[in-house]
Amino acid sequence: MGRFVARRLLLTIPVLIGATFLIFAMVYALPGDPIRALAGDRPLAPAVQAQLADEFNLNDPLWLQYVKYVGDLVQGDFGTDFSGRPVSDTIEQRLPVTAKLALAAVIFEAVIGLIAGILAGIRRGSWFDNLVLVSTTLIVSVPVFVLGFIAQYVLGLKFGWFPTSGIGDGWYSYVLPGLVLASLSLAYVARLTRTSLAENLRQDYVRTARAKGLKPSVVIGKHTLRNSLIPVVTFIGADIGALMGGAIVTESIFNIPGLGRAVYDAVLRQEGAVVVGIVTLFVFFYIFFNLVVDVLYALLDPRIRYD
Amino acid sequence: MITTSSAITSTPRPASTTPVLEVDDLTVEFRTPKGVVNAVNGISYSVSEGETVAILGESGSGKSVSVQAVMGILDSPPGHITNGRVLFQGRDLLTATPEEQRAVRGPGIAMIFQDALSSLNPVFTVGHQIGEMFRAHRGASRKEAKEAAVELLDRVRIPDARRRANAYPHQFSGGMRQRVMIAMALALDPKLLIADEPTTALDVTVQAQIMDLLKDLQRDTGMGLLLITHDLGVVNEVADKVLVMYAGRVVETGTVDEVFSDPSHPYTEGLMASVPSVEGVSTRLRPIVGTPPDLSRIPTGCSFHPRCPRRVLEGAPPGKDCDDDVPLLLPVGAPGRASACHYREEVLRARSTAAGV
Repeated sequence: MGRFVARRLLLTIPVLIGATFLIFAMVYALPGDPIRALAGDRPLAPAVQAQLADEFNLNDPLWLQYVKYVGDLVQGDFGTDFSGRPVSDTIEQRLPVTAKLALAAVIFEAVIGLIAGILAGIRRGSWFDNLVLVSTTLIVSVPVFVLGFIAQYVLGLKFGWFPTSGIGDGWYSYVLPGLVLASLSLAYVARLTRTSLAENLRQDYVRTARAKGLKPSVVIGKHTLRNSLIPVVTFIGADIGALMGGAIVTESIFNIPGLGRAVYDAVLRQEGAVVVGIVTLFVFFYIFFNLVVDVLYALLDPRIRYD
Repeated sequence: MITTSSAITSTPRPASTTPVLEVDDLTVEFRTPKGVVNAVNGISYSVSEGETVAILGESGSGKSVSVQAVMGILDSPPGHITNGRVLFQGRDLLTATPEEQRAVRGPGIAMIFQDALSSLNPVFTVGHQIGEMFRAHRGASRKEAKEAAVELLDRVRIPDARRRANAYPHQFSGGMRQRVMIAMALALDPKLLIADEPTTALDVTVQAQIMDLLKDLQRDTGMGLLLITHDLGVVNEVADKVLVMYAGRVVETGTVDEVFSDPSHPYTEGLMASVPSVEGVSTRLRPIVGTPPDLSRIPTGCSFHPRCPRRVLEGAPPGKDCDDDVPLLLPVGAPGRASACHYREEVLRARSTAAGV
């Protein structure tokens, strides 16, 4: 197991290099001059412009800019944005916000998705099963921004149950955005759990468990569920990485100052250092949680051995 | 195929006459979207302490379903028990509460299955799965359960039992896995062990070891053994009594010696002619023509009549028309024997005449 983890961690290096270079090149390819954009309508002295371009290595060819950037990055220097603020400060300030939002979403996804999936899987064909089927289909087919606006308008504004914007109310402000962010994955988790459970209930070892005279709760809760959860855990784990990076829409709707908003703003301002820094972080999280899933997988299923 | 090994005696032991299990007119059907499948159509039998009863039949003859119904582990839906009684030590399990039924499974009746790999849970150690019996039924502690599991693994002759108790099912060979299943089934000293094709998935040498083990354990514990199989050789070696099933019905029953050496039903006769005999003259093997019936469309009258070489259709005596009248399981020959053929006496007589006796 140790060797497997070490090998996987080593493999993240080429992935990170590839990902950062792609993002770097894309920001470089954006049309327009970022320094002019920064100045807006005011005229800019050519000397100042040249100095700024020099400071941010904008006159160098793409590959040299990238090498200089990575050189700083491996020393822990994420660079600065055009206003001179270190990118690491932005990350430090915004990462906890995004992490809280992702955590809220994962909790909703796991708790509601699993419970709905388990109940539907046990009682296939019941009214509850049909309810889960219809509601998950609905959630999956409606785009998340529509869902977000509806939730904000109905639950936040009309009924006034939740704050509609910002993070001024502590953890409570994350409930509604978390639910919206989780909605799609929640539907998948419910469906996946239902199918997996229904499939495993037909397994021979479940019949054996019943033949052993075990309580129905043990037959399902222990002998069926553990096996059924393997694909679900895989999905949720991989989804944590996606939730961290994919919150741009939700963070915009609910005006939450997280990393997603920061990337969005940075793209508009063509701030390469900020975009690349944060997206690199997203890539890293994604790889990390996938690794965690693979390790969990081996713990859940003894048939899987990596050494 | 039919051989007598020195390790296993085929002489029927004097079995105690107290029936552990009595099945009476058990009827099971599957209600599917395509219609009703009549898997078991009124079968009756009993198993006594220390006795080995074999249910013999082709795949799809309803033999597995009939014991799943007895065990109370029939998948329902689609399976439904529509008639009959299942008496375990005199008490009807079909009218018992689910909780009472559950208390019988394990300490009363235990079961082992054909494919031990898929029948054991892949994510728990075998020691844990065996120990679970003691934890669920006797409230044993984790440690006591583990100790008991090691003892049982030792009893089914798994070498290095203490270490192997911590292994997972996929780390065992096929024969060893079946031993684990047997250890688990025997954990609470059941009065009856149901073995559903216990050796079908194993190779021949291992088959013999497993059957030896089962017979030894039966001798030690005095439990009844209900053996489900399609293997005539296994039946011949270990069983006292045999029930031959066809299309969800018992077509012939009696002691193994009587039924195998002198069948009184054309289907049994066909089975015997379709296997090579070690002692017999080498003749061409004669398969039973045709295919087993679709259980959702069982033929009228005797369900075997479309494949039967001895059927009488035109000019049959009243009530003995093979494609019209259902033959009942009625006594024939020695006491305790029965056959569900209108012409059971004639089947017996025809062959003894042909053999010149």
